[in-house]
Amino acid sequence: MTARTLTVEGQAPVRGKRYRRARKSWREFRRWPVIPLLLLFLFVFGAIFAPLAAPRSPTLSNLRDRNTPPVWLEGGSSTYLLGTDQQGRDVLSRVIFGARVSLIIAVVAVSLSLVAGTALGLVSGYFGGVIDEVIMRLVDLIRSLPFLLVALVFVVVFGQSFALLLGLLSVTAWTGYARQVRAEALQLRERDYVLAARIANASTFRILYRHILPGVVSTITVISTLQVGGLILAEASLSFLGAGVPPPTPAWGSMVAEGRNYLQSAWWIAMFPGMAILITVLAFNFLGDWARDQFDPRLRQL
Amino acid sequence: MSSFITRRLIALIITLLAVSVLVFTLSRVSGDPRELYLGEFTTDEQWEAWGRQMGLDRPLPLQYLVWLGKAFTGDLGNSLREQRPVTTILLEKLPATLQLGVAAFVFSVVLGVLLGVLAAVKRGTMWDYLGRTFAILGQATPPFWLGIMLILLFAVQLSWLPSGRRVGLNSLILPTITLGWLAVAANLRLVRSSMLEVLDSEYIKLARAKGVSATGVVWRHAFRNALVPPLTQAGLTLASFIAGAVVTETVFAWPGMGRLAVEAVNQNDFPLLVGAVLTISFIYVAMNFLVDISYGLLDPRIRYS
Repeated sequence: MTARTLTVEGQAPVRGKRYRRARKSWREFRRWPVIPLLLLFLFVFGAIFAPLAAPRSPTLSNLRDRNTPPVWLEGGSSTYLLGTDQQGRDVLSRVIFGARVSLIIAVVAVSLSLVAGTALGLVSGYFGGVIDEVIMRLVDLIRSLPFLLVALVFVVVFGQSFALLLGLLSVTAWTGYARQVRAEALQLRERDYVLAARIANASTFRILYRHILPGVVSTITVISTLQVGGLILAEASLSFLGAGVPPPTPAWGSMVAEGRNYLQSAWWIAMFPGMAILITVLAFNFLGDWARDQFDPRLRQL
Repeated sequence: MSSFITRRLIALIITLLAVSVLVFTLSRVSGDPRELYLGEFTTDEQWEAWGRQMGLDRPLPLQYLVWLGKAFTGDLGNSLREQRPVTTILLEKLPATLQLGVAAFVFSVVLGVLLGVLAAVKRGTMWDYLGRTFAILGQATPPFWLGIMLILLFAVQLSWLPSGRRVGLNSLILPTITLGWLAVAANLRLVRSSMLEVLDSEYIKLARAKGVSATGVVWRHAFRNALVPPLTQAGLTLASFIAGAVVTETVFAWPGMGRLAVEAVNQNDFPLLVGAVLTISFIYVAMNFLVDISYGLLDPRIRYS
């Protein structure tokens, strides 16, 4: 192999024919984000059908069985595949139910911020002027705040609630859309078909909705897939700090926080929810990268 | 140039004011401040007296200005729990946060740049693949979980390293890795793509044609120019590190400002929380501003955008 490779710094090495052919078939397969889609399917399926998918209830505590190890370790049993936590609740079931919170976050927060961010981005880009300045200042302002801290203060003031969590995440996330959509709108409004529509005396709303909006759809899709992972991580961090979904709803972040006290005796309580977060975010990120490469490579710097 | 700085300065002041207004509003929304200090058995007269003393009978905007003025002079009130000035407590915690922030910054820059250069130079090979895998994993790992797993592995199972708490230099290692992990991944990607772009450019081809050695091309010619985007990104990273690595400090019981804020939340120590959040936000915004300015100094194209 070494004899058949020519290496220049910064350029992909030139290799022999058999290697290239093998790589080509592999690349064709990898065109599609198979594994991420599979994982995400599991995630969504598990979250929606949690009562069916989970072996037992996530809140049912059986104090006699507390801190049982996962089934492949000594002392584990097949009733609790991933062990139990400090209150005797099945870890596997809690992880599956925890996916619900993450899924709702992913769907609702992204949707809200998408709508708000796109609308404001379109308005900002199309109209320009004072409106543009104001909206962009707002975006800069929100982006310059340290999210976790501000969220903590809100939770202290208003108490832990699902709605608050979604609100905080959405208010932070819409800025990600607004900037890109604005940039797109700035370009699109100079297009011929837009000018034609304006000459034909189309209403502004019509122009925005029917002519400019379709042009930003691919950008929005890519941004959404890229944002989801970050939102799930943000929710997990907040839950970890005790500022996420209120108990007893199982959430991956708070499960890790609970497991922290039992690292020496029952490390599985903290490990498996964390792994769930990792795998889910990883899958979303892969999907996002693929979407970006497919639809809008210009967004590469994101 | 000076108009650039002026514009940024105005934006800075507006942002700082907005942050202070937000914090102040939130602190009042949560209830009457007197409730923090007075219990059930206060008489109406005492309530009124306290109100006058705290200036609660004045119009709200005036109260805000008074509060802001006090904060400006360093008076952030007293912590409920410790009965000490908030500012003193914050200053005590500052060194710990700075230490962790700078350590994580150095770690993320050094490792990120090295791995990024490696991935770019050896593009398409195993090193590149490993580097990119590492980057992708790094950006998907929840930082608190990473910290806990590191503690599990190195402190609990292997007992090689302490689990934080800032006892001795060893205890800095795990928190630094945890905090810097995501930044390493981000830097790696950035350096790699930046290097690849530079290595493709004309003057590098010229250098090679001249006969400059491979190492020479990489380090003497390409490296410097590839560094600009990562450096500016690194500046922002430093800002976020110093602005309270809230989660990392909590996981490793690191006595810094971020953890202080979380403790204040748990202990319902409102003055402390408000003071901590205000200070940390200010630092964060101010550092972003400095990074912006230096970015403008480095890259003239930015000044005119």
